[in-house]
Amino acid sequence: MLGWELPPHNSGGLGVACYHLSKALANEGASIDFVVPYAAPHDDIDFMNVRSATHFSPIHKFGMGAYTTDTTTVKGIPVEIPGVPSSIREVQSKYTQYIETLVETEQYDIIHAHDWLTAEAGIRAKELFDIPLVIHVHATEFDRAGGESGNPLIHEIEYQGLMMADRILAVSDITKNIIVDKYQIPAEKVEVVHNAIDTTSFDDTYVYDKRTYTYLESLKNDGYTVISAVTRLTVQKGLTHLMEGFAKATTKHEKLALLLAGDGEQRDELIRLAAKYGVSDRVIFAGFVRGKQWRDAYSVSDIFAMSSVSEPFGLTALEAAHHNTALIMTKQSGVSEVLNSIFTYDFWDTDRLANQIVAIAKSDALKNSLQENVLREYTRVSWADIAKKCLNNYSAPSHEPAFEGVYA
Amino acid sequence: MSKQSINLYLHVHQPFRIREYSVFDTAINHNYFDEPDYFNRHNNERIFHKVADKSYRPMNALLKHLLNTHPEFKLSLSISGTFIEQARVWAPDVLEDFKELVSTGRVEILSETYYHSLSFFYSRDEFERQVEAHRQLIRDTFGVETKVFRNTELAYNDALAQWADEYGFSGILAEGWDPVLEWRSPNFVYQPEGTQNIKLLMKNYKLSDDLAFRFSNRGWPEWPLTADKYENWVADALKDQSVLNLFMDYETFGEHQWEDTGIFEFFGEFVQRWLSQPNRTFSTASESIQYNEAVGTISMPQTVTWADSERDLTAWLGNDMQQEAMRYLYEIEGDVLATNDIDLIADWRKLQQSDHTYYMCTKWFTDGDVHAYFSPYQSPYDAFLYFMNALRDLKWRISAHSAQQSEDIRG
Repeated sequence: MLGWELPPHNSGGLGVACYHLSKALANEGASIDFVVPYAAPHDDIDFMNVRSATHFSPIHKFGMGAYTTDTTTVKGIPVEIPGVPSSIREVQSKYTQYIETLVETEQYDIIHAHDWLTAEAGIRAKELFDIPLVIHVHATEFDRAGGESGNPLIHEIEYQGLMMADRILAVSDITKNIIVDKYQIPAEKVEVVHNAIDTTSFDDTYVYDKRTYTYLESLKNDGYTVISAVTRLTVQKGLTHLMEGFAKATTKHEKLALLLAGDGEQRDELIRLAAKYGVSDRVIFAGFVRGKQWRDAYSVSDIFAMSSVSEPFGLTALEAAHHNTALIMTKQSGVSEVLNSIFTYDFWDTDRLANQIVAIAKSDALKNSLQENVLREYTRVSWADIAKKCLNNYSAPSHEPAFEGVYA
Repeated sequence: MSKQSINLYLHVHQPFRIREYSVFDTAINHNYFDEPDYFNRHNNERIFHKVADKSYRPMNALLKHLLNTHPEFKLSLSISGTFIEQARVWAPDVLEDFKELVSTGRVEILSETYYHSLSFFYSRDEFERQVEAHRQLIRDTFGVETKVFRNTELAYNDALAQWADEYGFSGILAEGWDPVLEWRSPNFVYQPEGTQNIKLLMKNYKLSDDLAFRFSNRGWPEWPLTADKYENWVADALKDQSVLNLFMDYETFGEHQWEDTGIFEFFGEFVQRWLSQPNRTFSTASESIQYNEAVGTISMPQTVTWADSERDLTAWLGNDMQQEAMRYLYEIEGDVLATNDIDLIADWRKLQQSDHTYYMCTKWFTDGDVHAYFSPYQSPYDAFLYFMNALRDLKWRISAHSAQQSEDIRG
């Protein structure tokens, strides 16, 4: 398994998904060598062997997490600092060199690589070990670029990986469609494997603490409805549209508050936007939250919004459902494919979003129905099911284009 | 009457579906039902044309042919007021076809609420106004009197039967539901508990649903259902029994079961086969009551409907959203009527169509098994959202009215 990060040394959902997937595969009897591009202890992992490809610290600390797309970090800056990778390309190159050393001592049946980050290493491993390559797509460069063109180098690596892979796993129909439409990969080579949520990973002793977001609680006592987004504040997440929809909603229902928990390069723009719409007093920026603050952010919310322009899956929606919130999400979010009791809208359709916010705020019956019914849906997909699907794909025949004859 | 008789009853209805009526329309644009985009899935006119082509026109032609060919062929129809309003505007030929059927004297029209509502369970006064409005509409349109009552969704209980008895109806329809019937057969005429004159006709749901729900289901062991096979089943069911009540949506023919399933050919052939023996016939609802004595009394204190495996009202009034919507809707009855604004009152009544709350049903939604085919909305939550926006607008209009009136008085 060629990964980029594992909790707690992760910057986001990729590490979480890899952790649960590997654990479930191990439960199904797979023995796994999981390669990460950094050296850090993973003492709580006993179900597989974690291998470090470099001596670097966890990579996200250098701003080279799983979601990197900007050119500087990819190309590198010509400054040599010992122990600090000059670019993500340097890390990837060292990662691939490490894979090359494994061929001396190890034997594997399958390579399972995640995203463009380890695609090159995966291709090299396929060549050296002469075994099938499965590429698991959690996000494409089209998603990360949030509607902009994205980084051409990353596109190129992603394309090579998809071409060379024997099987491709996509986390949603949305992602599969991107792979098929934008990279012209044959649809039959791609299987959709939705992500799941492992509810046992939540701390059972958790009790919501109303003091964490005291101000929001006081608003709620005053009849306010709290909408939240727990996300990186970045263009992919469509938060400017969320802000606009929220502002429109307040013109029809005054007692609304918006909690934005997370950080990112768009934060200042969003603060300005809130002021421009005249809703600054009801928009709360909580910054990056972890642990209790993170769970309390869900618990304080009546409505959880996922406003992404392009979201391959969107695990936070399942986390929010676990904390009893009503969900509104864009049709461009993959997680909407596994849930029924939700409101959906196109990311640009702020009128529709405003409508949905107001409807929930005005009706307890609607709010309760959405909250209660989605609770019965969010655990329908389990990691054990996903592991079984992966194992099936490991043994599926490689995709060979059918011979169509020669037309002279 | 010693003949074996089939009492065929078809329900004809189209609702005014609410368009994507947004919170930004509320208090500004009071048009809840007319979707301007013809190709939108909420466009009532487009849906009406589609169903007219698939079902009303071909089925009416078939019924006309059968009535012309077989003097013994008869049936009963219930036609909602909202259907007639739509047909008048969008497909007058369809309405003419129905008039022609009725003019044969062998097609009976049943009584119901004009707006296909569940008002009986919320406001007896409003319910009676809608029954009267429907009777008048049927008089005006077809020149006939209604004598037998069927409530929306066949929602029935003893109180309804007692009301219909006092109101002067000679018969009433209900589901032939096993827990009520116990060992008894639905293929007889009964008397409802606590009534004097009225008789009860109960749907044989097995033979009805074989056509309405199972006809084209390839997973059904009996598929394909032939006229020959169905004739045998019907003959068996009527052995030593008096009348078979086949009740279903009219749109079964052509809309629920598409033409390519062979439903039209099947039906034509079945009627012909059934009438090929002299001891068999069809009867209208009134005739079924007239020619058969009640064999016993049936009591249904709890409301029974013809929907779903539960046969109760939960598809319409089962969840909190549905109950909240109905509570708000009927709460404003007095204020609505006091405005004397006929447009406003008509809009309020259109919001009473049971279809609206049906679209809000979440019973199977979380299992992914959606009532999708019958719902024009993406989800039950969307249906609730648009309904409540329309209802809020209605309330706004009421207050605008009273503000206007007090100004008039002062002026």
